[in-house]
Amino acid sequence: MSRRHQNFRNYRKEKTLTQSRIIIAGLLVLLLAGVLMARLFYLQVVQYKLYQTKSDENRVMLVTMPPPRGLIYDRNGVVLADNRPIHSLTVTPERIKSLPWLKKTLSGMIDISQDEWDQFDEKLKEYRRPYQSITLKSQLTDAQWARIAVNLYKLDGVQVEAQLTRYYPYGKDKAFAHSIGYVGRITSKDLERVDKQAYQGALFIGKTGVEGYYESTLFGKAGIKKVEVNARGRIMEELSQVNPVPGKNIHLYMDARLQQYAYDLMGDYKGSVVAIDPNTGGILALVSKPGFDPNLFVRGISYKNYSTLRNSKELPLFNRALRGGYPPASTIKPFMALAGLEYGFSSWTERYFARGYYQINPGGRRYRDWKRGGHGWINLQRAIIESVDTYFYQLANKMGVTPIHDFLSRFGFGKSTLLDLDGASVGLLPSKEWKRAKYNQPWYPGDSVNIGIGQGFMVATPIQMATAVSAIAARGHYYYPRMARTIGGKPATFQGDSGGVHNIILKDQSNWEKIVTAMSKVITDPKGTGRRLQGTDYTIAGKTGTGQVFSLQDGEEYEADKLVKRLHDHGLFIAFAPVEKPKIAIFAIFENGGGAALPADLTKKIFDAYIDGKYPKRYDYLKGKNQ
Amino acid sequence: MTDNVYKRALTFANARLWKLIHVDILLLGALLLLMAGGLVVLYSASGEDMAMVERQGVRFCIGMGVCLGLAQLPPKYMRRASPALFVFLVLLLIGVLLFGVGAKGAQRWLALPGGLRFQPSEIMKILMPMMIAWYFSDRQLPPTFKEVLSVLALILIPVVMIAKQPDLGTALLVAVSGIFVLFLAGLGWRYIVSAAVLAPAAGYALWHFMHDYQRQRVLTFLNPESDPLGSGWNIIQSKTAIGSGGLYGKGWLEGTQAQLNFLPESHTDFIVAVLGEEFGMLGCGILIFSYLLVISRGLYIAGTAEDNYARLLAGSLTLTFFVYMFVNIGMVSGILPVVGVPLPLVSYGGTSIITIMATFGILMSVQTHKRAR
Repeated sequence: MSRRHQNFRNYRKEKTLTQSRIIIAGLLVLLLAGVLMARLFYLQVVQYKLYQTKSDENRVMLVTMPPPRGLIYDRNGVVLADNRPIHSLTVTPERIKSLPWLKKTLSGMIDISQDEWDQFDEKLKEYRRPYQSITLKSQLTDAQWARIAVNLYKLDGVQVEAQLTRYYPYGKDKAFAHSIGYVGRITSKDLERVDKQAYQGALFIGKTGVEGYYESTLFGKAGIKKVEVNARGRIMEELSQVNPVPGKNIHLYMDARLQQYAYDLMGDYKGSVVAIDPNTGGILALVSKPGFDPNLFVRGISYKNYSTLRNSKELPLFNRALRGGYPPASTIKPFMALAGLEYGFSSWTERYFARGYYQINPGGRRYRDWKRGGHGWINLQRAIIESVDTYFYQLANKMGVTPIHDFLSRFGFGKSTLLDLDGASVGLLPSKEWKRAKYNQPWYPGDSVNIGIGQGFMVATPIQMATAVSAIAARGHYYYPRMARTIGGKPATFQGDSGGVHNIILKDQSNWEKIVTAMSKVITDPKGTGRRLQGTDYTIAGKTGTGQVFSLQDGEEYEADKLVKRLHDHGLFIAFAPVEKPKIAIFAIFENGGGAALPADLTKKIFDAYIDGKYPKRYDYLKGKNQ
Repeated sequence: MTDNVYKRALTFANARLWKLIHVDILLLGALLLLMAGGLVVLYSASGEDMAMVERQGVRFCIGMGVCLGLAQLPPKYMRRASPALFVFLVLLLIGVLLFGVGAKGAQRWLALPGGLRFQPSEIMKILMPMMIAWYFSDRQLPPTFKEVLSVLALILIPVVMIAKQPDLGTALLVAVSGIFVLFLAGLGWRYIVSAAVLAPAAGYALWHFMHDYQRQRVLTFLNPESDPLGSGWNIIQSKTAIGSGGLYGKGWLEGTQAQLNFLPESHTDFIVAVLGEEFGMLGCGILIFSYLLVISRGLYIAGTAEDNYARLLAGSLTLTFFVYMFVNIGMVSGILPVVGVPLPLVSYGGTSIITIMATFGILMSVQTHKRAR
């Protein structure tokens, strides 16, 4: 206070005061400059590596170029799986005005399902580099594409991109879905088993059938472009490029015309037809009825369509040819005969009196023959021709399960021999060990008796049956079944020697010709069960079968008209032709077909078609160019 | 030998000729060094846009003219004119609030005839310390409590008006330039300590006056990664640019962050990130050293000034110049929030170059109008 009244000011003191403040300020300046330098040191020296990486991640982007998928052809060059361009609607989230605006504007132009919006929202939440577009709707129809295209000028951030997609030209006819399979959208589960980087730009991945098994072959190798991008995602410079390697084309053994014909011949019946070329193991037809249109899955099947397929009582998604477990029924008899001969329990000359039933012990359970009065005195050949149940009851009982098991497994029963399709079932070739493990019970003679006519525990799949028939047709010199004939123009090869010949050598090799003779007499003999196949200009060997869907109790009669169709007997048929030099071996089953007549008739038409080229005219579109 | 060279340099600097034309050759040299370096970086930051570099060069020339012109004016005239100019500028600020033009919701400019625009708040950065220095020029130092209050009131009037435009960055810088005068005048340490204690409360109050975009800047500063594509983008990218430069940098025109546009505002507020990326810590060190040269010369001029007015004004202007530099590099390197403060003499931009060069004109005037001893 008193300072105010002083008359003179100490200018020197004031100057010193300010000067000292200037020095303090100067020191502060140095300190803060030191802070800046420390900060720069921290960023540019201590964390240099981190920021260098970040900077490179910013500027370098790997662009994956999906390769064109390999095509699938049948043996005559008919394209069964094709690529065609489609247009997809993609959105760059950074460039749109707002999400609600996008939803409002687009929904006024084309239909976008809630499903598609949900998927879009999900992808929006995932990590993505800025300005990378997200697919909102794939497979625009031409009308949708046009509507978007004319409005594109007011749709900032929305683009239409062209991509190749899978197309199954004959998908609508449903015959090929279970053999060719289909591709579908890549799920996160799929990505666990493939190289994520390679599939970055890809839309689809093979899910089932040939598409699934040969995924890596058909896919090819993704190309990778290393590019320098700016902050808006625009490519400034290409740093390096590895071109994509297109997927390899696959030519199958399958005959598309035969496949479609066989499928159609099944009519409204469920079941399966498998035809194999015994000289190669090549699968000529692989029918599972009913089928479905695989194109549904490419487009991204709607939930409604999927549940319809899934919940259908006819199980269209179920691959009967590979996974359908059926009792082989009487079609097992030629194999049983060979087993009996092999192990000395049977001979061609030994005579047997076939009554209407068979008993293991006198007074025990009666195992009935399909013919009430029995067949009288017969030998092994006649037992096959007339399909004498009692003969095979007693033979199986005499042999016991172990020789049967060991012998049948040489034909591929009880295992999967299918070389290039996934998901085949191994069926069931029972053994003592199996029954002990499964039921903790000993093997009873009655179990053997049932197996003798292909019933009881024994279960085989159509592909197994067809393979076994092809083994007889080839006189033991047979090949495991396969789809692919050539891959990328070169003959398909398989791991190890499984793709090579598998020779079943019998103790008496003449038994091959004798069993073939017996089987051809099934057709030619007046009493042969397959005599409805007579009248062809080539020779056929075959065997009928009637599979029980449910067991008749002792003393009960099978009366078809009293049973609902679902409980009707399965009709089975195995055959090959021509007998002397077989070109085709077949197994056909009509579920609840009532008996072997339906599959036998089918077989005749298939043979006429394949061997004599007698196809109905309407199948000319599947003829291909090689015939 | 080196001693000799140093002496010669000093002699050169003190040469009568320079004094006669009122040029401080050391300050001028340091400024030219900064400008030249700035143009080199700008060429790269602008995407090799020579036209932009030329425009900046033209601004430098105008700025240099203003600087050398002001240097001719003895400090005593400045002192006498200070209060009137201050009042006039406050009136202009009122004018800005009433008739101002601007962009992005802020009114900062007055439209002048002939399509020119004029930003009074920019001039206030100089007039504020002039006014406070004038206030203390015939008062005894250190200031009394009453004087401190009056000065704070003087500071607050234009600051509030500038903050209302709204231009918080400039308002704070103007306030700081006034407070520097107060500090240099010998503001008691108890005031400083109490202010430091009260600052958090003031900060809270300030938060309530902030616009949403200003709050967002502070929030983004506190956690830039929270919004990597939105408001955090700038700071993440500038840190990446600086950090990836390393010790020696990627080389001139070779900075990928800057050249590929990952770095926003690379030629204006974030230009130091370009420098950091292309010239590394070495380049940044040279830049900061150049600033320290300018600042140390400025502080020397202030310390040796003849009267309180010149001393306080020169000191405050120099320190404010440092604050620009510190705030800008601090924000670009991520230790301060993103406020729109350009890097003085390096960032591309018009008005700020002129005002900054004007401050150096004042410094030169203070230095060269000393009576010979």
